[in-house]
Amino acid sequence: MYQILKQIIKTGIKTEPCPQADESMRAGEQRLQQQILAVLGRSLAIRLVDAGSCNGCELEIHAVNNAYYNLEGLGIKFVASPRHADLLLVTGTVSRHMEVALQRTLAAIPGPRLVVALGDCACNGGIFGESYASCGKVSNVIAVDVVVSGCPPTPIAIMQGILTAISEKK
Amino acid sequence: MNSLNLELNILTGAIPAWQTTLEAAQLQPVCRKVADEGGRLLSLWGSDEGAGVIALHVVLVNQDGLLCLHLPQAFPAYPDISGIFPAACRMQRALYDLMGPCAAGAADQRPWLRHAAWPEDRFPLRKNFVTLPPPCRGRAGEGVEAGVHPHPDLPPEMGKEYSDNYPFVQVEGQGVHEIPVGPVHAGIIEPGHFRFSIIGERVLRLEERLGYVHKGIEKRFENNSLLFGAKLAGRVSGDSTTAYAWAYAMAAENMASVTPPERALWLRALFLERERIANHLGDLGYLANDVAFSFGMSQFWILKEQVLRNNAALFGHRYLMDKIIPGGVAVDLLDAGTLLGECDLLEQEVRLLRSILEEHAGVQDRYIGAGTVEPELAAQLGLCGLAGRASSQAWDARVQFPCEPYQRLGVRMATHRNGDVAARVIVRFEELFESIRLQREILAGLPSGYLLEALTDLPGNGFGLGMVEGWRGEVLVAMHTDAAGNVSRVHPHDPSWQNWPLLEHAILGNIVPDFPLINKSFNLSYSGHDL
Repeated sequence: MYQILKQIIKTGIKTEPCPQADESMRAGEQRLQQQILAVLGRSLAIRLVDAGSCNGCELEIHAVNNAYYNLEGLGIKFVASPRHADLLLVTGTVSRHMEVALQRTLAAIPGPRLVVALGDCACNGGIFGESYASCGKVSNVIAVDVVVSGCPPTPIAIMQGILTAISEKK
Repeated sequence: MNSLNLELNILTGAIPAWQTTLEAAQLQPVCRKVADEGGRLLSLWGSDEGAGVIALHVVLVNQDGLLCLHLPQAFPAYPDISGIFPAACRMQRALYDLMGPCAAGAADQRPWLRHAAWPEDRFPLRKNFVTLPPPCRGRAGEGVEAGVHPHPDLPPEMGKEYSDNYPFVQVEGQGVHEIPVGPVHAGIIEPGHFRFSIIGERVLRLEERLGYVHKGIEKRFENNSLLFGAKLAGRVSGDSTTAYAWAYAMAAENMASVTPPERALWLRALFLERERIANHLGDLGYLANDVAFSFGMSQFWILKEQVLRNNAALFGHRYLMDKIIPGGVAVDLLDAGTLLGECDLLEQEVRLLRSILEEHAGVQDRYIGAGTVEPELAAQLGLCGLAGRASSQAWDARVQFPCEPYQRLGVRMATHRNGDVAARVIVRFEELFESIRLQREILAGLPSGYLLEALTDLPGNGFGLGMVEGWRGEVLVAMHTDAAGNVSRVHPHDPSWQNWPLLEHAILGNIVPDFPLINKSFNLSYSGHDL
C-alpha cells in the first residue's frame, strides 16, 4: 500500500488542458436543438461501435481515457449499453456483416442522440472502401453529425470531435 | 526438412523456407510427418489460377524453417488436414467461403467468414466474382426499416438478405442456459459473437463466431500497387501495423531478391520492439483494470502514452503506420537520446509496477489459475505467439529464424509452463524487459547508411513469403504475382487464427465474470482474423 501511495504522489496530475470544439468537423446541420444540448451539457454517455475498423481507432479511443487526456474528467464516459448512451461513436468502414448490428445499436439509443464517425474509414470509406464485404463510410448506413478524420485520429482530435458534437453550432 | 523425402526448392530470402508441389494424395502423409516431428500449421489459403483452377497453399513450420506446400488443383475438393492440425479447421471453412474448395471429409463444414453479405454459391476471392456496388441502404432510425435493400443493378438473388442462422452447438441438460454476447461488446473492443453455455456461473462451453469485421482486405490487395498494398498490410490489424508492414515488405523483397539496407533493417527491428513495448504496456494496464486495480491501469497507460508520444515526435506517427515500406523504411532516427532516456524510465517504472502487482494478493488471486491452457493442449491445438510461450510452446521467430538484425542481437525467449493468466502476465513483463534491452542494443549498434533500396518491379509468376514475430505471435504474409509481375494475391495471416480456438478451451470451468480477464490475457485480433 505504501508503494502504491508513494507512486501516486510521485506521478502527480498528468491531465492536460482539453482542446476546443472544431466547427470544420460538423458533417451537416446540427440535428439537436440548443436546449437539448443545454440539458446534455458536458455530461455525456458514449456507446462505441466498431463497424469494421483495423482496431487502430480503438487504440486511440483507449488513449483518450488515459491520465493525459482524461476524457472522463470532463464528464464524458463510455457506457456498456446503448440504452444508457447519448452519443454513438462509430469507427471503421461499415462491414456488411456489421451493418444490421450498427443499425440496431443506433435504434437502441434513446433520442435525442448524436452520431460521430471516427477515423478516415468511417468518414469516407478509407483504405478499405466499398466492396462486396464493405458498405464504405458510416453515412452510407446511418446519419452522421460529426466526422473526425485521421488514420487513426489523435486523442486530441477525438476529444475535439466529441466536444464539437455536444457544443452549440457557431 | 530432409526426412520428408520431398523434392524441395529453396525460397530465397530473410527466413529459411522451402516449397514443393504435391499431389492431393501426398498432402495428408506429408502433414502427418511434419506434425509427428513437432511441426505446426502456420497458414492455409487458396489462389485462383483461372479456368476454374483453385490452387491450395499450406505453410507448415518446424525447427528448420517454413515449408510451403502447393496443391495445383484443390477445386472442388482437397484432403482435409484438420484431423492432423486442428488449427486448419477454421482456415478450411474460410477457404470454402471465399473461394469454393471443400475439405473432403472435414467434420465441420459450417460457414466461417461468410455471414449474409453474399450467397453461399458465390466466391468473392475468385477472379470472375463480379464486384457490384453494395445494395442501397435506408437509414435506420430515420423512419426507414433497418436491413438490406436491393440495389437495382444486382441480380435478384443478390439483393435478398441471406439467411444467417448459424448452427451453434447446443449444450442441453437441467439448469443449462445460454448467454449470447456480441457482436457489439460492452467495452471498447472489436465485434465478435460469443455464445456461452453455463450452469450457475460456471462455463460449460464457449463457442465463438467471428467474421463480423470481414471487409474484403484480401480482395483489396489484388491488382493494386505494391505501395498501396504496404499501406493496406499495415491496416490488417492496427495494433500490429509494423509486424504486418514488415512481413509484407519481406515477402516482396524475398520475391524480388532485394535486400534492404542494413540501417533500414535495424530501424525496422526498432519499430517492431517499440510496437511490442506499447502493446504490452497497454495490455498490462488492462489486465490490472480487469481485476479492478485501476492504479495499474493509470500507471501503465501513462507509460504507454509516453512511448506513443516519442513515436510521434521522432517518427511522425504514434503507431508507426506506413513507416516500413518495401525496400526499406520511410523515416530515419535522428535523436537516439530520447529513446535511451525512455528505456531508463520504462525499466525503472515497470520494475516498480511489477513488484506492486506481484505483491498484491487480490490481483494475484484473480490471475493465478484463471484461464489455464495446459502445455499438452497448447501443443496439440497449435497455440502460438505470446500465449503459446506462456504454455511452454517455445516458438519465437526472432529466436528460431533470426533475420538481420536479430541474429546479432540474440533475443532471449520468455516462456512459462503454467498457461494461466498469471503466466501470460509474467511472459509480457519478461518480453517487455527484453524489448527494452533490444532497443538499447539497437540504438548502440545502429549502422549508418541509406534507408531504401529500389524495389519497383516484381518478377512474373512470383511467390514470396514474409514472417515476423509480432507482439501477439507470428505474422505471415504470402504474395503471388501474375505473369506481368502485378500483385495478384496477398494472404495476410494473423496468429489469432491459431489462438482463438484455445480461448474456447481456456474459459472452460471458469466463471463468466472471469471471461473479460481471460480474453484480455490473450488479446486476440478480430480484424486480423476476419480480414
